[in-house]
Amino acid sequence: MNKDNRIVITGIGLTAPNGNTLGEFRKNLIEGKSGITLEDIRYMGKHPAGLCDFDEYKYQKKKTRRRGTRAGSVAIYAANEAIADSKIDFENIDKSRVGTYIGITEHGNVETEEEIFLLHQNNLDTTFWSHHHNPRTVANSPAGEVNLNLGITGPHYTIGSACAGGNMGVIQGVQQLLLDEIDFALAGGVSESAQTFGIFAAFAAQGALASHDDPTKASRPLDVDRNGIVISEGGCIYTLERRDSALARGAKIYGEVLGYAVNTDATDFVLPNTDRQSECIHKALKKAKINKEDIDIVNMHATGTKVGDINELNAVKNVFNDCSDTYVNFTKGHIGHTMGAAGALELAGNLLSFEDGIIHPGINVDNLDPECTMNNLVLNEPKKKDNIEFILNNSFGMLGINSSVIIKKHS
Amino acid sequence: MTSEEVKKVVMDIIEDVAPDEDVAGIDENESLRDQLDLDSMDFLDIVMELRKRHKVEVPSEDYPHLATLAGCVTYLTPKMQ
Repeated sequence: MNKDNRIVITGIGLTAPNGNTLGEFRKNLIEGKSGITLEDIRYMGKHPAGLCDFDEYKYQKKKTRRRGTRAGSVAIYAANEAIADSKIDFENIDKSRVGTYIGITEHGNVETEEEIFLLHQNNLDTTFWSHHHNPRTVANSPAGEVNLNLGITGPHYTIGSACAGGNMGVIQGVQQLLLDEIDFALAGGVSESAQTFGIFAAFAAQGALASHDDPTKASRPLDVDRNGIVISEGGCIYTLERRDSALARGAKIYGEVLGYAVNTDATDFVLPNTDRQSECIHKALKKAKINKEDIDIVNMHATGTKVGDINELNAVKNVFNDCSDTYVNFTKGHIGHTMGAAGALELAGNLLSFEDGIIHPGINVDNLDPECTMNNLVLNEPKKKDNIEFILNNSFGMLGINSSVIIKKHS
Repeated sequence: MTSEEVKKVVMDIIEDVAPDEDVAGIDENESLRDQLDLDSMDFLDIVMELRKRHKVEVPSEDYPHLATLAGCVTYLTPKMQ
């Protein structure tokens, strides 16, 4: 029997600096409520950062949390929330046909920094190094922790893809469903990066760590006074299914993953490449078999760096500037850069537009950078739009990885 | 340390290593693993915490002495004087 090759989203679980449920997150995005606070970063003093306040023990015992990682804890929370939201009879489905695909920017920094900190507290005596270090830092960790928590015996992949991670998790989930390797996917991205001083220090050294007297104003993509990235943690995991099985069980369908693309700049370690980003968007449109004019909302990756925002704005502008009915927003003004979670989380922030006909704004743009102008930017105030049918979600990362995902409203 | 103080040290460590468990209800003479959800990794944690907090070394051949709370107290009290 041929299986349906249309893949749909049937459940969403998330935690962001400004919300622990889709409804709360969406409301705060529309109302322009930031989740960024001033936090004490080890060795570095106070910096703006985005932390999540979900209940770590809602789905996890204290002991497994102690053994595991913050990224695993975020992933376990989001995965359980997504399953609950999907209303699937999870107890009784074949767990060997469930796959977990979680994108990450990096993994192991938090755990290694903590061990080295403790090592220095103990006169560099390596016998104090924890035996938990290896299972905490193996690169499959967050996805593996999810399968351990939920008794899933199908495959788990943690997909290292810099800040394209969230989109990449979704893409991999879709691909594995299309390959008939699984029947049900938990797919998305997570990040614990706000718990590591090293990433703050590295962005500071690069001149790309955001600062502002008011932490809620620190993340300001496209604003002429933007001065870098606000590092955040977060997670978003979707349940993905074939459309026919979702319909058969009467599932709510948030949208269909209609197209996607991944490519590589192959030009620089950190500086993004406008042409390759445009090319990635075009490839996703081609795969979705739609025209650029069909896209209603483009979510920019827009991190708040000087050069990155200009390069990406130009990439989006090159494709969409003559599309009078395509609107462009971004999410990092509210929540900072949730790194490996960003792609999945920011997509979730726009998905309810299919239902409420509202495009949430990108916030903190007091003075739009003259080099970041294009038609139909949605800034500071939400925009009402009828008949929203297609969302394009961009997520780009270091080493020149680009990803675009296109979601179609289900009808 | 007195044996009561050593007992409290061990119970504090177990409480941290197995935070979901009811440590107050431990039967001193019953196997800890029969009463609590402890595995070999947890025992390594207990040994590590004894070293970190109290500079007590427990060689691996002596691990069986830590099977019960009473055994822990008997074994550790001379080491913690």
